[in-house]
Amino acid sequence: MGEFDLWAQLPSVLPEVGLTALAVIVLFADIYGSIATRRNVVFVSAVGMALLALVPLIWVPDPAQFENGVLLWGGMVNYDPLSQIFKVMLLLSGAVTCLMALGDKGVGDKGEFYLIVIVATLGGLMMSSASDLILVFVALETLSIPLYMLASFRRGDLRSAEGGMKYFLYGAFASAIMLFGFSLLYGFAGTTNLGGIADAMSGGFEGGLVAVMAALVMVVVGFGFKLSAVPFHFWTPDVYEGAPTPVTAFVSVSSKAASFALLVRFLTAVFPPDLAIAGVMIQDFWVNLLVVIAIVSMTLGNVVALRQSNIKRLLAYSSIAQAGYTLIGVAALQGMDDSLAVASVSFYMFMYIFTNLLVFGGVILFITATGKEDIKDLAGLNRRSPWLALFITIGLLSLGGIPPAAGFFGKFFLFQAAVKSNLVGLALIAVANAIIALYYYLVVIKVMYVDVGPDDEIPVGIPRSYAWALGITASIVILLGTIAVTPIYNWAALGASGL
Amino acid sequence: MVPLWMYLTVAAALFCIGVFGVLSRRNAVAILMGVELMLNAVNINLVAFWRYSETGTSLLLNGYAFTAFVLIIAAAEAAVGLAIIITVYRNRRSVIPEEADTLKG
Repeated sequence: MGEFDLWAQLPSVLPEVGLTALAVIVLFADIYGSIATRRNVVFVSAVGMALLALVPLIWVPDPAQFENGVLLWGGMVNYDPLSQIFKVMLLLSGAVTCLMALGDKGVGDKGEFYLIVIVATLGGLMMSSASDLILVFVALETLSIPLYMLASFRRGDLRSAEGGMKYFLYGAFASAIMLFGFSLLYGFAGTTNLGGIADAMSGGFEGGLVAVMAALVMVVVGFGFKLSAVPFHFWTPDVYEGAPTPVTAFVSVSSKAASFALLVRFLTAVFPPDLAIAGVMIQDFWVNLLVVIAIVSMTLGNVVALRQSNIKRLLAYSSIAQAGYTLIGVAALQGMDDSLAVASVSFYMFMYIFTNLLVFGGVILFITATGKEDIKDLAGLNRRSPWLALFITIGLLSLGGIPPAAGFFGKFFLFQAAVKSNLVGLALIAVANAIIALYYYLVVIKVMYVDVGPDDEIPVGIPRSYAWALGITASIVILLGTIAVTPIYNWAALGASGL
Repeated sequence: MVPLWMYLTVAAALFCIGVFGVLSRRNAVAILMGVELMLNAVNINLVAFWRYSETGTSLLLNGYAFTAFVLIIAAAEAAVGLAIIITVYRNRRSVIPEEADTLKG
């Protein structure tokens, strides 16, 4: 392991250290600060997280610098471009969430909301760089437990409390199953290091094929829950509908992005392509498993979304389908050359985070202004607030995969990766699903622009913090679909090479 | 010395009882108890594997450390979970998830 050099190792956890400091500052400002200070907590959190997002861009990892590969802090932390790209997106999504919560009564006016968002983001950051079973588990729970609190944040509201309870019960159950899988993996290998587990299992492993398969399935159950993939999706619509809308936006992006980062790392590190136990290639098994989950998630999500009348439930089922699309990229990890697949997953998550924040931000604004959540209530939004209608339209077009929004390239890279990995059938099913999805996205756009509603004349104003949040995310979505696609994709490809 | 497989059998049995509890109980608190049983099964597994591996007599405490983290996080999870369950109870005087049907499921 060599000498411990703090200054060389510190940049790998600098965003986490910064977030912890930020959390302490926010906590004390909220408890001891004056009313004016407390009002500024939101800006401190948002600006703080946005500034911390610069850290991974300034201190770029240089693997040649470390004798022990890219593993730091006693093999706990992975310091590679893949973790950096996910850290940037998680921090930005946290910052945008804080801005969106600002106007929400009962949510954004409480300082502890921002504290919980910061701690959840911290968990997501640790997840994206964890390379040890213990840290994986701690990071997962550091993300999950704050999310349970956020989901039931509106204590007096029956739906919020109920959604939170369901989220908690499913979540605790799924993480217990996953943890049992972890304990088996530890038992087989005698080490908790992700890379070490694969080495131990490939070198004369007598534990038996069935046990490894069982551990693998248990781990996939845990991830499936976090990703809201079918058949572990039952919590999604309830939590999305019940939770305060800024929380819904946050749950739908941060938990999903961090879990995809971890899933990619976990599957490539613990079950690498050359791992065969009793003559059976483990990778074939998990690829097939993920292909099935991806197909079912896409199809069920899209078909059920068709008949939703509540906009938040529609977005919930749409996000189940989006998880299915992204799983295509994870399934495409098969084979020795997985760089395209990893890059496509990173890029898809990058654009998905901003797209979803944009759509949810627009919807939050509409719901707080009017108190209505049905799709038909959006009628005539174009005349009530042209900018808001435009923002939501950009987001929906991106989710549907129409250029110039970013979703087009996201889907393009995913399907390309699938075809390169000989999963042509999967890519075709995904294309068919994208067409179904387009229908319900376009219906919402049609309602906003064509239909005439009862309160057509009442304008919906956009507060300044929202204007910033929506404007920034909308421009990122457009940029990612046009000129920024090359640099970001190259960055994602760099992350793949460091894996 | 008791062989390893006995510990693993106990842990697996405990885990199955926990899963059964989660799936069959209707009361949210009882479901939480089932989850706690599952986590305890994990702890037995971890400690047993650690003790019987070649690292079990050395100073490499990874299995032990893992168990400690599981215990701590289980406590945190239970604290948050019970708080959420109490919130639901205050709202509707019931902690049975199936009866919590304001949301369509």
